[in-house]
Amino acid sequence: MSRTYLLQGPALLGGQATDLLLADGVIAATGPDARRAAGAGTEVIDAEGLIALPGLVDLHTHLREPGREDAETVASGTRAAAAGGFTCVHAMANTDPVADTAGVVEQVYHLGRDAGWVEVRPVGAVTVGLGGTRLAELGAMADSAAAVRVFSDDGKCVSDPLLMRRALEYVKAFDGVIAQHAQDPRLTAGAVMHEGRMSADLGLTGWPAVAEEAIIARDVLLAEHVGSRVHICHLSTAGAVDIVRWAKARGITVTAEVTPHHLLLTDDLLADYDPVYKVNPPLRTAEDVEAVRAGLADGTIDIVATDHAPHTQEDKDCEFSAAAFGMTGLETAVGVVAEAMITPHQHDFGWADIARVMSTAPARIGRVGGQGQPLTAGAPAHLTLIDPAAPTPVDPEGQASASRNTPYAGRVLPAAVRATFYAGRPTVLDGHLQDERSTS
Amino acid sequence: MNSGSLGTEVLGPEEISRALTRIAHEILERNKGAEDVILLGVPTRGVPLAHRLGRRIIQAEQGPQATADLEHLVGTLDITMHRDDLRTNPTRALTPTHLPPRGIDDAVVVLVDDVLYSGRTVRAALDAISDLGRPRAVQLAVLVDRGHRELPIRADFIGKNLPTSRTERVSVHLQETDGRDAVVLA
Amino acid sequence: MRHLLSAGDLSREEAIDILDTAETMSATQQRQIKKLPTLRGLTVVNLFLEDSTRTRISFEAAAKRLSADVINFSAKGSSVSKGESLKDTAQTLEAMGADAVVIRHSASGAPHRLAHTGWIDAPVLNAGDGSHQHPTQALLDAYTMRRRLRAAASRGADLRGLRVVIVGDVLHSRVARSNVDLLHILGADVLLVAPPTLLPVGVRAWPCEVTYDLDAAIASHQPDAVMMLRVQRERMSSEAGGFFPSPMEYARRYGLDASRLAAMPEHAIVMHPGPMNRGLEISAAAADSHRSTIREQVANGVAVRMAVLYLLLAGRSESRPELPLEA
Repeated sequence: MSRTYLLQGPALLGGQATDLLLADGVIAATGPDARRAAGAGTEVIDAEGLIALPGLVDLHTHLREPGREDAETVASGTRAAAAGGFTCVHAMANTDPVADTAGVVEQVYHLGRDAGWVEVRPVGAVTVGLGGTRLAELGAMADSAAAVRVFSDDGKCVSDPLLMRRALEYVKAFDGVIAQHAQDPRLTAGAVMHEGRMSADLGLTGWPAVAEEAIIARDVLLAEHVGSRVHICHLSTAGAVDIVRWAKARGITVTAEVTPHHLLLTDDLLADYDPVYKVNPPLRTAEDVEAVRAGLADGTIDIVATDHAPHTQEDKDCEFSAAAFGMTGLETAVGVVAEAMITPHQHDFGWADIARVMSTAPARIGRVGGQGQPLTAGAPAHLTLIDPAAPTPVDPEGQASASRNTPYAGRVLPAAVRATFYAGRPTVLDGHLQDERSTS
Repeated sequence: MNSGSLGTEVLGPEEISRALTRIAHEILERNKGAEDVILLGVPTRGVPLAHRLGRRIIQAEQGPQATADLEHLVGTLDITMHRDDLRTNPTRALTPTHLPPRGIDDAVVVLVDDVLYSGRTVRAALDAISDLGRPRAVQLAVLVDRGHRELPIRADFIGKNLPTSRTERVSVHLQETDGRDAVVLA
Repeated sequence: MRHLLSAGDLSREEAIDILDTAETMSATQQRQIKKLPTLRGLTVVNLFLEDSTRTRISFEAAAKRLSADVINFSAKGSSVSKGESLKDTAQTLEAMGADAVVIRHSASGAPHRLAHTGWIDAPVLNAGDGSHQHPTQALLDAYTMRRRLRAAASRGADLRGLRVVIVGDVLHSRVARSNVDLLHILGADVLLVAPPTLLPVGVRAWPCEVTYDLDAAIASHQPDAVMMLRVQRERMSSEAGGFFPSPMEYARRYGLDASRLAAMPEHAIVMHPGPMNRGLEISAAAADSHRSTIREQVANGVAVRMAVLYLLLAGRSESRPELPLEA
């Protein structure tokens, strides 16, 4: 029997304070009704001063299982997600074996359901084995129990233009979307960081902005030609923002995401060759950071997605060029986005916008029915409570992820997740993960 | 060096000058003239002392109108790379070693330093000399011998014997390096 | 100076101190007995994870002439292909008693990681990392220029007013990066000449000028020194990036041939870090001319490395933590 919870006084999307009653997995009542409907045995949670957002939805998470359970598992990764305020994550396909068949996506889906921390929506590979030569059985994955709607070769680009065209066309049959990792492979052979002033100084092979922008330009034109929707993963350059803005103005059905780290960090951080800052796409310049912030604020960029990419210490504690690409991000996402978008008061961007870019819009792009809904009576009780004024230092050792490769160690982030409810059940309360849930 | 003004002046300019004149004559007497003699100053203050001794020796040999070239009598011996305390002391800047043109083979080398204390500097100087050639003899001239030897080394020519405790500091000031001549005990 | 990782980390005074110390070291190398007891009892490890016999023996000679013990550790390829991490290799060497680690590595930044991760405590001397830095090469080049072009007035001098042209594969060259940094610190004017494909994006931020035309550079710049960089023939293949069409075309446009040599000012010197590709970036006429300092650079390398080892190792107090005695 599930418990009922009365959340007292949270500000909905940072606006009006109200009460919320959660019962039987849904928001049973709001406002004065909530207090009236709360019966004996209802657990009362003081949420005064906190902000209630719909549970966050990540369109881009690497859970590493199957294959690299030493870096992350579905269980540890979804626990980290809950700690970060998420109620749904999309598990990327670059596992071992690759999630390119109904079998693998169903396995990940079931692992997520068993873990029970968040809704796990597997992403299917576009091509067999991420090989970039032959379409995977996209329809089988769409029809499986995992009901895959997002397809991506993330980590690799679908660089063959004909194959990309076919993929864009094919997924229309089940309202899927291709999420493109935009990186021209020839222009980025051996690349480990952004190509520019810093790469010239450090003697590291550069990853030019044009390698991202050229693929995005091609793909929006392909999407227009075949009348499909296309999603751009982790957009990172000023030029890419301009191209997407142009495409949207033209009516092309393109959506785009930016990661928290591309909203905050720049390639200057690589001066010490610390592989914790090695990520793909690479950290760009301050001008690019300004441009992606502006793009997120004006709606050119639709969503923030974490690209949470856990790696073992061995894969990071080595020479820069030998290290793995990627950084963790689930547990710091809200704080980093607040730091980048709200704290500087550069743009008219508030908590309602965070709800839009981190919950409503990603749920819509991923076609995840019950997620990202308004916090009104009858909606599924997926929500998170944020303390917007809780300066919190990032301590890698205190994180729930199995890996420690966060680039924010020691930084103080302005906001903290105080509680997360997934289907009416608290996964986080008082800032602590609720592990005992499995025994109830 | 900042203790200079606080300590006791044990030798003044006159006494230093007299001591050097005496040493110059002792060197000539011991070696029956200046032929084959080379003075090698140990940086920093051994170098000006060696030059002063050199000038006195030339004057004593040839009279006040002496024309002999000091460069043929006096050189510089940097011993830094032969020190045994390199690992515990801050790096010292190297100064070039400069030898008179004849070299040191079969010469009588007189090492010149300001203060003789533990003897380790002289030990390093002897090692440095052996890398440069094979002198007929090596002698040692110092302005002050303050005792407390740690090695079986003694000076041949001494300006002043100065009994000290280990906690005291002996500072030699010279016109060329410090703007005045004085030996101060602090 | 705790480590020597990049020429750009040096101050003008530190750089001149190294060059002056090298002059003293060089003087000792004219003697019959070349060996000095300076670093007796200290162990220098040459950790060469990329082939380079020349640089290794230069460091080895420098360390041995200062009476240090030398351990050579060579392995090809990165830590990943070797199966042992750089961290483990370095810690093994330190456990064997390394007092300094001279590291050569194909990955840019590897010496920086070694020095700043807390893996080891010993001073780290970068003997070339990827396309990043090769600070002792820049120091020996500066030393060579100062000796040749400043002559008797070299001690204590910088390189103010000297015009240096550096020609070739700047993009992949740690020698170019180190020289641009150090020559700028010492006050020289640097002009880089390369095909546009072999210049890094971002080169305009460097403290030097850039041009694509070698003949114009020699004519207009009137260089005091022309430094030719090694070009790898593989770079023209399309798999390796296709940086230039053919070795012949490269030699015609960027090689130092007899006519370009003749166009240089009378006093100007020809430099090359070696090993040379005769007939590609440098003609035999230029390499063997009396203006070439190529062999001198090799000899000066030992003196400069002696100076750097002396300055890094002498005067370093024993800060190594006590190791527990094994049973």
